[in-house]
Amino acid sequence: MAKGERKAGAVPPAPADGAVDRIPGGDAPAGGFVQLLTPDGEHLGSVTTADGTTYSVDFTVEEYQGLYRDLVTVRRLDAEATALQRQGELGIWASLLGQEAAQVGSGRALRPQDMAFPTYREHGVLYCRGIDPIMPFGLFRGVDQGGWDANEHKFNGYTIVIGSQTLHATGYAMGVTMDGKTGSPDGEAVIAYFGDGATSQGEVNESFVWSGVFNAPIVFFCQNNQYAISEPLERQTRIPLYRRAAGYGFPGVRIDGNDVLASYAVTRQALDNARNGQGPTLIEAYTYRMGAHTSSDDPTRYRIASEVESWKAKDPIARVKAFLTKQKMADADFFAEVDESARKLALDLRERVLAMPDPQPVTMFDHVYPNGSPEIEAQRTAFAEYHASFEGSGH
Amino acid sequence: MAEKITLGKALNHGLRRALENDPKVVIMGEDVGKLGGVFRITDGLQKDFGEDRVIDTPLAEAGIVGTAVGLAIRGYRPVCEIQFDGFVFPAYNQIVAQVAKMFYRSKGKVRVPMVIRIPYGGGIGAVEHHSESPEAYFAHTPGLKVVSCSNPSDAYTMIQQAIASDDPVVFFEPKRRYWEKGEVDLDAPVSGAYPLHAARVARPGTDATLLAYGPMVRVALDAASAAGEDGRNLEVIDLRTLSPVDYPMIFESVRRTGRAVVVHEAPGNGGLGAELAARITEECFYSLEAPVLRVTGYDIPYPAARVEEEYLPDLDRLLDAVDRSFGW
Ligand SMILES: Cc1ncc(C[n+]2csc(CCOP(=O)(O)OP(=O)(O)O)c2C)c(N)n1
Repeated sequence: MAKGERKAGAVPPAPADGAVDRIPGGDAPAGGFVQLLTPDGEHLGSVTTADGTTYSVDFTVEEYQGLYRDLVTVRRLDAEATALQRQGELGIWASLLGQEAAQVGSGRALRPQDMAFPTYREHGVLYCRGIDPIMPFGLFRGVDQGGWDANEHKFNGYTIVIGSQTLHATGYAMGVTMDGKTGSPDGEAVIAYFGDGATSQGEVNESFVWSGVFNAPIVFFCQNNQYAISEPLERQTRIPLYRRAAGYGFPGVRIDGNDVLASYAVTRQALDNARNGQGPTLIEAYTYRMGAHTSSDDPTRYRIASEVESWKAKDPIARVKAFLTKQKMADADFFAEVDESARKLALDLRERVLAMPDPQPVTMFDHVYPNGSPEIEAQRTAFAEYHASFEGSGH
Repeated sequence: MAEKITLGKALNHGLRRALENDPKVVIMGEDVGKLGGVFRITDGLQKDFGEDRVIDTPLAEAGIVGTAVGLAIRGYRPVCEIQFDGFVFPAYNQIVAQVAKMFYRSKGKVRVPMVIRIPYGGGIGAVEHHSESPEAYFAHTPGLKVVSCSNPSDAYTMIQQAIASDDPVVFFEPKRRYWEKGEVDLDAPVSGAYPLHAARVARPGTDATLLAYGPMVRVALDAASAAGEDGRNLEVIDLRTLSPVDYPMIFESVRRTGRAVVVHEAPGNGGLGAELAARITEECFYSLEAPVLRVTGYDIPYPAARVEEEYLPDLDRLLDAVDRSFGW
């Protein structure tokens, strides 16, 4: 397909000022977005945006199948976690249901050397980083606070205070430049994940300022799932989020966040630009949170069932399945096998989560300071002695 | 008419009354509208008072408090909700550097009569940042009034008094007590109610004084009951106001009992208990039979939920401290 030929998913000129550019009911936004795979499973080949950038993917059959497997697996693991929460085994769970394509597409676009800074919902990205999916469960079960090795996995800890991680990602990216690891195709890049609500935070805006000023090798990946708990997008912005990037001096692209191919292609391009020394990009993945904000939320108070229904028709997994089927890249056996292996992984996860023991209370004094502290040691000793005095009384 | 309602509902009634009585009162925060707040404290208020009086704000705490300052200068009485204790820090700069100093720097010309409501403290099995007790940071800042309610009746009146006050008030709500019920007289006029800036004897006693506030008042009362069975008659004082502290009432009590134990969930180091112990020692030295003791959270970040019961001061730790006080 020639450059600029297909207009279907391309980003047209910006809409008039003042429009939040969101059609209630979840229709495609008036501003358009980069889409490579339609909800019907039609592969658009490539897409060229208004600025002349062309996005495409050309995967092997195995790679397409692999993406499908990822999507199904992360959805299945997420469903298992939701079930575990309902059974009282997790204190809370932030589900990624509906956001699989945004996460798997961007997650698979990362190279091993790239560093990711997630929020609390990026279980799909975590999975794509090759990290044991058990990792976030300590936090949600309440036995620890996350606690994996961010440097080893190139995946920072989950961040709960909205927006804070975007500044950390920016600083990390500045460090990449200072280490001379940009300016080549093998350079390093950084990706920061956050939600539509987060874009209101001062810190997120500061991270845009800093990244622009220091030309940091960073991709800002905003999953616009339309809500910040109960508040719709209109409560955070009056222009489409991707357009904010222009004000900070770097490109912004909106993608169909339910399209794993668009998510992959645009993120890969943006990461490559970053590692080549071309600085930041803001990607707005236009998607939808199908479930509650977290297991403590009641979405019936603020959104209508028909909206959820209309987004079901854009399901990120169904369209890949339709594509694979139409192209005869996969058959019923393949789909059954993927479901089965995802089910096995989920059951394994369930068993391991149930087996996660409560921590020994005295361990709460661990890791307060890298080199310890005499005062904390004294408190630990007093605590242990106090508890020993209750021995046998169930304390 | 007295009714038995939860602390959360009492706050809701108090906010409703404030909205009714003063058209300048506005409520603002994340999810306070349709959802009624994550704890439903503002439930139904937007429906009845409209989106201009109960405002769902963008997700930005500095924005919530900073714009409230402007609204207050303009003559409104904003009541800001911070969703959880650990999320007040993006607004911290606005609160300590601006809210607290407006009146002072303007030589009394500019008032910012606003309330910053913060559900705080642990015991609900939450993840990081949802169980903290940051009151000392604010009590350390001159120009702010800092209060904490402990029961439905106080919640109902104190929130109205805080809103009516010309001082900026940081209002700490003990989130794990939101669901505890108590008698509230919903018709009682706020004028003439027990003053906001006064502590209250929650249980009179003669042998030692327990000082508590917010979520710990319940624990102190339980400890006093348990100690009563051992023949010890403990007085429990609910501080209610954390800055300024109602010292005269505390000194009177400690001079009478000769013993004081302070309890709070926040870490001990630099906490309110340290200040109380110092002041009591300065003022009541010759009446004291034992040093002022503290029972507090440890000097660690708030731990994972599955061990929080071991972190939080409980009946046993409090009674242990009482024993130590008597053993002096
Ligand atoms: C600073 C801060 N304020 C408030 C909260 C409470 N809170 C948790 S998630 C959330 C909504 C976040 O929305 P968004 O950024 O769109 O991300 P999403 O959860 O939709 O993925 C809020 C208000 C928080 N975690 N941090």
